[in-house]
Amino acid sequence: MWEALKRLYHRMGSPKWFYEISAKWLPWFVVPTVGFLLVGTIWGLAFTPADYQQGNSFRIIYIHVPAALLAQSAYAMMAIAGAVFLIWRMKMAAWVAASIAPIGASFCFLALITGAIWGKPTWGTWWVWDARLTSMLLLLFLYFGVMALQKAMDSEESAAKAGAILSLVGLVNIPIIKYSVEWWNTLHQPATLKFTEESTMAMEMLIPLLIMIAGFYLLFAVLVFMRTRNQVLWHERKKNWVKQYMQSRADK
Amino acid sequence: MPLSRPIDQLNRFTAHCDLSAHQVSCERDDRILFENLDLSINKGDLIQLVGPNGAGKTTLLRLLAGLNQDFDGEVRWHGKNIQQCFQDYARQRLYIGHLSAIKKVLTPLENLRWFVSSWPQVKEDDLWQALEEVTLAGYEDVPCQQLSAGQQRRVALARLLITPTPLWILDEPFTALDKAGVAWLEGHLARHVSAGGTVLITSHHALSEIPGLRQIELGVQK
Amino acid sequence: MSLVTATIKRDLVIAARNPGEWLNPLMFFLMVLALFPLAVDPDPKFLSKIAAGVVWVAALLATLLSLDALFKADVEDGTLEQWLASGESLFAMALGKVFVHWCISGLPLTLVAPLLALMMNLPDEAYSALFFSLLLGTPILSLLGAVGAALTAGVRSGGLLLSLVILPLYIPILIFGASAVYHAGIEMEYVGQLGFLASFLCLSMTLAPFAVAGALKLNLSR
Repeated sequence: MWEALKRLYHRMGSPKWFYEISAKWLPWFVVPTVGFLLVGTIWGLAFTPADYQQGNSFRIIYIHVPAALLAQSAYAMMAIAGAVFLIWRMKMAAWVAASIAPIGASFCFLALITGAIWGKPTWGTWWVWDARLTSMLLLLFLYFGVMALQKAMDSEESAAKAGAILSLVGLVNIPIIKYSVEWWNTLHQPATLKFTEESTMAMEMLIPLLIMIAGFYLLFAVLVFMRTRNQVLWHERKKNWVKQYMQSRADK
Repeated sequence: MPLSRPIDQLNRFTAHCDLSAHQVSCERDDRILFENLDLSINKGDLIQLVGPNGAGKTTLLRLLAGLNQDFDGEVRWHGKNIQQCFQDYARQRLYIGHLSAIKKVLTPLENLRWFVSSWPQVKEDDLWQALEEVTLAGYEDVPCQQLSAGQQRRVALARLLITPTPLWILDEPFTALDKAGVAWLEGHLARHVSAGGTVLITSHHALSEIPGLRQIELGVQK
Repeated sequence: MSLVTATIKRDLVIAARNPGEWLNPLMFFLMVLALFPLAVDPDPKFLSKIAAGVVWVAALLATLLSLDALFKADVEDGTLEQWLASGESLFAMALGKVFVHWCISGLPLTLVAPLLALMMNLPDEAYSALFFSLLLGTPILSLLGAVGAALTAGVRSGGLLLSLVILPLYIPILIFGASAVYHAGIEMEYVGQLGFLASFLCLSMTLAPFAVAGALKLNLSR
């Protein structure tokens, strides 16, 4: 088992191997992604009963909650990929980290937008300085910082390293930021209406939500695969295997 | 000011140089600068790296100085990987890059004081004496921004007189020096080598015949 | 004298000769404070309500302004290269640089802020809280800021990027710092907030120098 994992790790370090194997894996991710998202959306929008307090507007959680969850775990994954790159100097990890950043930021943005849309009927205003929305906004800033830093560096090597260091510093800070924002929030808005807690949710609402969360994670995996494949082609563009591959594509 | 020690005793080192590169390869932006390079640098060597711009002279120099770890192969100091005995190695070699690390608001004396702070055996008198040797007597207390580029270079090079290290690694040290300065530096390099020291240098300047001079040519390889 | 203490001493001398380095952030601090009564409302009651937050925001921005120069000069003139060549611990070096930065930015801000808070009609009870929260909080600003400064030292227009990178990390300090002052103003306990700042200071003192050291090495990869 351990040996197999080690072998997989060493293979993951090879861009060519990754490019070839990911082409085979992709369909196996795309099909369930579409399936989960379709089932979850239809179930959540059409078959789940309306919330007794919020009516139909609560249904936006089927996008908001998975997006928010994913935005947070994507940041952690980016930082971990960055750490793998810093410690073992595995270039593939740096490319994965660079692929995750804009995807994570997009999900973060999506969570903010859906949060605002949800806020309008719930609180009567588009934006409320609610603890979760505020920490989502700060997370978006953290993503912006990493992306801007990666863009500003002139060498690819230092862009990858700088991004990795910053995302690790950010990862250490996320719990602190979250804690302080929640603390600040209880101080200023004790009476804010809380979002529906997952634990108190009715079963028929929870199941489609779980399906949507699974769908979002799969979608994330597909997007990361696709972006990383592009990164591989770009960074290895001068290597023979890419040239041959491009030639064979052109010949077809 | 009375001088405490004769000038050729200022840079008195105890160890000798034993630096070797094993199978060192380095590429930058998918271009191979050098491959499987073996190099042995010993007591009394004066090695000049030559080659066209972009051939990797500075890269090799920085790599041998331990400033760059982004390469394959190994560099050893007295048989040990330099990264494992870096503290020790750093005390035994002097690196002067083409950036001179001179702070412009400080005086030459203050700049030198910072440079030698790792070597407690260097005395304050030695700094004065070294500045006199590089013809900066009278400028000790003038902020460096009022000195010319050549004079600032001399401040940086004054370190050669006072840091007690057997190995000198110098990146284009002749830049901005006038004729007298070039002659002085050449003479000083020769003196260091004949006293059992070692010099590793990149320069486009043709060094006059100095015993022990070896040239290593780096070409742009395809 | 080791290189670290020599660097601290040298940087303090440089700051003394370039008074702008520490005076400009102070003047900026004053000007930002003046903006709020002009832009929002000069009513003393209103000002005393927002004073805590405004003073903290201004202190944070003033620190940010002074951070850009923290490592830039050292990268450009080759000082950083000499640090790395010296074999001294980069961790200690980073802490030393942060200490100097705090001495010329955070410390003067901490001393001056109570005076300027008079202009914002800060409640009498809040002055000690303002002083202590700044005393504990500004070193964290310097520590976290040094990470950003080291990461962006080699980038041409690093100033704006630095703010983008660092501001989100400053949020917890801002929240707890401002809240300590605000709570003191309405005669409530504020030890908890100071406790948070103190523990955050300990955490960043142990972790941030590692990130600074790693980030500084990036600027030498060429």
